[in-house]
This record gives sequence, C-alpha cells and structure tokens, in this order.
Amino acid sequence: MKQILPKLRNSLLSASSVVLALLFTTLILVAVGAPPWEAYRHIIEGAFESPAKIADVVSACVILVLCGVGMCITFTAGQWNVGVEGQIVLGAIFATWVARSVPWPQAPLLTLMMLAGMLGGALWGMIAGLLKVYGKVHEIFGGLGMNYAAQGLAIWLIFNPWKPEDGATMSGTDPFPDPAWMPTMGDLRVAPLAVILALVATATVYSLLRGTRWGLELKAMGKNSRSAFLLGVPSTPRLLTAFAACGALAGLAGAIRCSARYGRMIPDIAGGQGYLALLIALLASSRPLWVPLIALFFAAVGVGSSRLEMKLHLDSSIAGVLRASVVLAVMLMSGWRALLARGRARRGVKAGATRAEEPV
Amino acid sequence: MEADFLIQTLATIVAASAPVIIAAIGETISEKGGVINLSLDGSIALSAMTGFAVAFTTGSTTLGILAAMVIGALIALIIAFASITLRQEQVAIGFVLTMLCTDLADFLGNPFVRKPGPSIPPAPIPYLADIPVLGPIFFDHNLIVYLSMLSIVAAWWWIYRTQLGLKLQGIGERPESAFARGVNVNRMRCIYTVVGGALVGLAGAAYSLNVKLGWSHRHTFGIGWIALAIVIFGGWNPWRVAAGSYFFGLLKALGSILQRDPAFSQVPTQIFSSAPFALMIFALLLISSEGVDRLLAFLPPRLARRIDRTIRGRSPGGLGKPFVQE
Repeated sequence: MKQILPKLRNSLLSASSVVLALLFTTLILVAVGAPPWEAYRHIIEGAFESPAKIADVVSACVILVLCGVGMCITFTAGQWNVGVEGQIVLGAIFATWVARSVPWPQAPLLTLMMLAGMLGGALWGMIAGLLKVYGKVHEIFGGLGMNYAAQGLAIWLIFNPWKPEDGATMSGTDPFPDPAWMPTMGDLRVAPLAVILALVATATVYSLLRGTRWGLELKAMGKNSRSAFLLGVPSTPRLLTAFAACGALAGLAGAIRCSARYGRMIPDIAGGQGYLALLIALLASSRPLWVPLIALFFAAVGVGSSRLEMKLHLDSSIAGVLRASVVLAVMLMSGWRALLARGRARRGVKAGATRAEEPV
Repeated sequence: MEADFLIQTLATIVAASAPVIIAAIGETISEKGGVINLSLDGSIALSAMTGFAVAFTTGSTTLGILAAMVIGALIALIIAFASITLRQEQVAIGFVLTMLCTDLADFLGNPFVRKPGPSIPPAPIPYLADIPVLGPIFFDHNLIVYLSMLSIVAAWWWIYRTQLGLKLQGIGERPESAFARGVNVNRMRCIYTVVGGALVGLAGAAYSLNVKLGWSHRHTFGIGWIALAIVIFGGWNPWRVAAGSYFFGLLKALGSILQRDPAFSQVPTQIFSSAPFALMIFALLLISSEGVDRLLAFLPPRLARRIDRTIRGRSPGGLGKPFVQE
C-alpha cells in the first residue's frame, strides 16, 4: 500500500498536466469565440480520418523522431543544441546537391543522398560544437547563428546556382530527377524507408546512450562537466561527437524531407521542425524510447490542426499552443511534485527530530 | 544632400533600435539579478501583438503600451515562479515559453493581421530638436524612443550608483553573501525578473506601435534572440548593451541601403533581412574567441588589459543557478 500510493499520486499529477494544458488551450479557443469541442474533433478527425491523413502523420512523425532522438544525445551531454533547424537545412542542401549532380540509378543514388545529408548535418553540428569549445560561444547563440547562416545559404543557392529555367521563386528549385525521389507507399505520402530509418535511429541512440562507454561519458558530462573532466572524460572530443551525431540525424531528416516530401529543395525546408524536436526531447527528458510516442502526438496535432483553417477559419498555430502548453504544464507539475516532496522530507526530518528528543 | 541623408539614416537607426535597446536593458536587469529570461523572442512577439491589438481596439496607444507591459511582466512572473519556487531549469522554461508565446501571438493576433492601426505620435523635444545635426538624430522622435535612451542611463545609474543596485549585483554575483547580509535573495530576484519582463513587454509595444507598425505573421522576426545575444555582447553593462543595440541597428540600416543599390539587385531580399542576425552572432563570437587573446598579447600589457576590460564583460556569478536558502 505504501508503495502504491506515491505511484498513484505521481501518475495522477502527470495526467493532470495534460488536463491543465487542454484547459489552457480551451480557454484560448473560447477567448477567440471558437467552439472548443468542435475544434478538438476537427483536429482528431483531421489527423486520423483516412489512410492518407494517417500517412501524413507518420511522415511528419519520422522527421520529429530523427531530430528528437538526435537531440537526446546532446541533451544527455548537457548541451542545448538549438542549431538542429540549420542542420536539417544543411542535410537537405547536401542531398539536393547529390540529387542534381549524380546521375545514378535509384538505390545507390538514394543511399548517397542520405549519407550526404548526414554529412552535411554533422558538419553544421560540429561547427556549433567547435564554436562552443574553442570560441566560448554559448551553444544556444552559436546554434541560432548557424540557423540564420543555413537559411541564408539555402536561399542563395535557390536564387543563384540552382535557379529554375523560368526564374527563381520562394517555391524552390526544379523537381529532382525521378531516381532521387524516395519511393512512397502507393498514393500515400509516407516513405516506408524513412520510417525504417527513424526506428533504426531510435534503437541505435537508445543502445548507444545506455550500453556504451561513450554514452556513459556523455551522461557524466551532462550531470557534472567538471567532475567528468577531472575523472578523465575527454570532454572536447565527446562533445564534438555528440554534436556531430545529433547533426547527422538532423541532416538525415533534412535529406528525407526534400527527397520524400517535396522532391525538390525549398527555402523553408526545415519548417520549424528543429525547434519542435527540442520540445520533444525536453518532454522525453532525453529518454530516446519516449521520443516516437511524443512525436506521434505532436505530428497528429500538427497535421490535424490544418483542418481548422478550412472548417473553422482558425489559425493552425493553435497546434503549437497545445504542444508547448503540454510541455510547460509537465515541467511546472514536475517542479510542483519536487516541491511537495521537499516539504514532506522537511516535515519528516522534524518529526524524527522531535521523537528522538522525547525521553525513552 | 549627402549630409542630410546621413543624418536621416542615423535618426532612423536611433528610432528603429528602440525596441532592441529596451528589451536588452530589461534582460540585463533580470540577468544581473541572476535569472535568465530566455523567453524574450516569444515575449516580444506576444506583447507586440497585444500592444497593437489593444491600441487598435481602444484607439489609445497608451493603453496598448500598458497592456504589452503587463503581458511581458506576466511571462516573466511564470519564469520567476518556475525557476525560483519550483527550481526548474530557467533555460528550459524560457525556451518552452518562447515557443508558446510565439504561437499564441500568431493565433490570437490572426484577426489583426495587416490592419492599419494607430501609432505613437511624434513628439519633438522643444529647443533640443532644433540643434543642428544632434537635434534631428536624437531629439526629433517620440516618447518611446526617448524612453529607450532614458532606460540606458536609468539602468546604469540604478545598478552602479545606488544602494539597491549594489544589492541587485549581490544577488546575481554571490547570492549566498547577499543572503548572509540580510537580503531576501529570492524575493528580490523575482521582483527584478518581473521588472525586466515589463520592459521586454514595452519593447514589444515599441516594435508594433513605432517601428514596424501593425501585426503580421512572424512580425517581430527574431529580435528577441538578438537582444539576448546583445546582453552577452554588451557584457551585462547598460552602456555596452546600448552600443551593441545601435550596432545591430546600423547593420540593419546598411542592409536596407545595400538592398536598394542596383549592384545587389540579384541578391534575394531574404538574405538582407537575415544577414544582420548571423553577423551579430559572429561578432559575439569574435569578441569572446581566443583569437582576440592572441592579438592582445602583442600589445603592451596595460593597454591590453584595458581593451580586454572594455570589450568583454563577465557574466554574473550566480547567473542561471537557483539559490537554495537553508
């Protein structure tokens, strides 16, 4: 009984944070005069009503999973890798470059594109790591700077060397040649290969973080970088490999996005997925196995809310409000839980102390 | 003609830098007390939207500004509560709030997109505005631009010239010592975070009611991140923070001048709007890098030390760490 009660209380508190987030989102919906129940119904229907919608959710989920598990690596090492957005862009740029210049058949071409994407992302991630180690630039600002730089590079490429015949626009380059398109399941817009890659990435990151010395050392650095250093963890190479590994996964996501989803390079290829993945990694508190589950929820809310614009003339950014408020509520609740636990501990100490003072 | 153009450009820089300065000064106050308010970009977006929406509905820019300040202060209060009382990681809470507020601003601001609305009326300062050159650059603006200049002086004076400011430095640098001297560290931190947040809200209103009028999707475009970077760039010192803000304003002005130049007509406009952001962050890098140390080593030690002190600042010792009072 004594073990069950705290567990029950904890799960109740976790559930209540989701309720809290829903309450807040409902409040916002009511504030703009929208019918909340109908809005939620549209989001759910918009995400799951047909195989086509479910396929969209899964393909959005793949990107979030790749970036999210990648972010688990850098989070484990105690790093705020905000540069994932730019790493996605670089992955897409490298993959596009391969798609445009290598006239190979499909299987080797796609393999090379994915590898190139990983290389691009890893390089961009490494730069943020190098800025941190040698430039002493906080990784949040290094990452943001690299995001702006990646955005600028993508736009320059689309408007200059990769300009379509009939003039450059924000709608991107010419479509890729056929072999560079990642095959999808019939009419559904989901690429089975991408799903497999995301699952493999999750399993790999999970086992790397849990079962290798590298993962253990990253964890030590994340918990206390100074004592990890004193205990002989080579911080600089570990940090750089963590950034590179995360960047490679984000770059892979970028390559998949331009090969499976758009079939071309577009200026907004990252589309805020990097920042969403950061929220996911926060919510999963660096446990890779939780990432796919949370990513599925995030992706479903994102895909489903696009229906709100058509049906209720509401801006789809309500999806972002719901997602971010879930994360915020979970953080506030876990803080609250810790506060209660501290209070109990203090009372316990006091009770123990008075008992000891009593004469036997 | 040339001189007129130069004066006009400088006056535009002074006016357009107001939001960044106010936000960066607000963040400086908050961080001096030891609390990082990372939500700046979202706070500015939400308060800019609120400021414009309230001014649009009521027709009063004053009410708009006040509403924006309340929003900024409320967000800061959440950060203070979560980081001080609940001991959650400040950066994490700030980042989540950034995302939340950005999306909230987009959602709630939807009915106000691209509506022409009120702006803060010009108010040249009598006599001072008539001074040649300096007059048009500094004294021919409106209340919020004067407030931005005033906030620099006021923040410097408060932090470095008053008893309370000394306590503010104490709670940020060495909270334990401040506590031992009878300062209620956590309450003071909370107050300064909220005051800083109100300034950030004011910055939002300064943006939507004075710099880029109205509201649209991604209206404030990353200036919150820039303000955060400028606080580091300025080494937590109001004067240097202001210098950084004007430097960023200069970069943006140069961008728009170059953009109009026919020689650059091939370059897409998006490059000009995002380049100042990348440049600003690499300027930050340049100053903190070890390369500067190597350059300074060539100079006589006394001069090198002085330059080092001028261009770099040290972060407050207790920045971002919770203070546990036992």
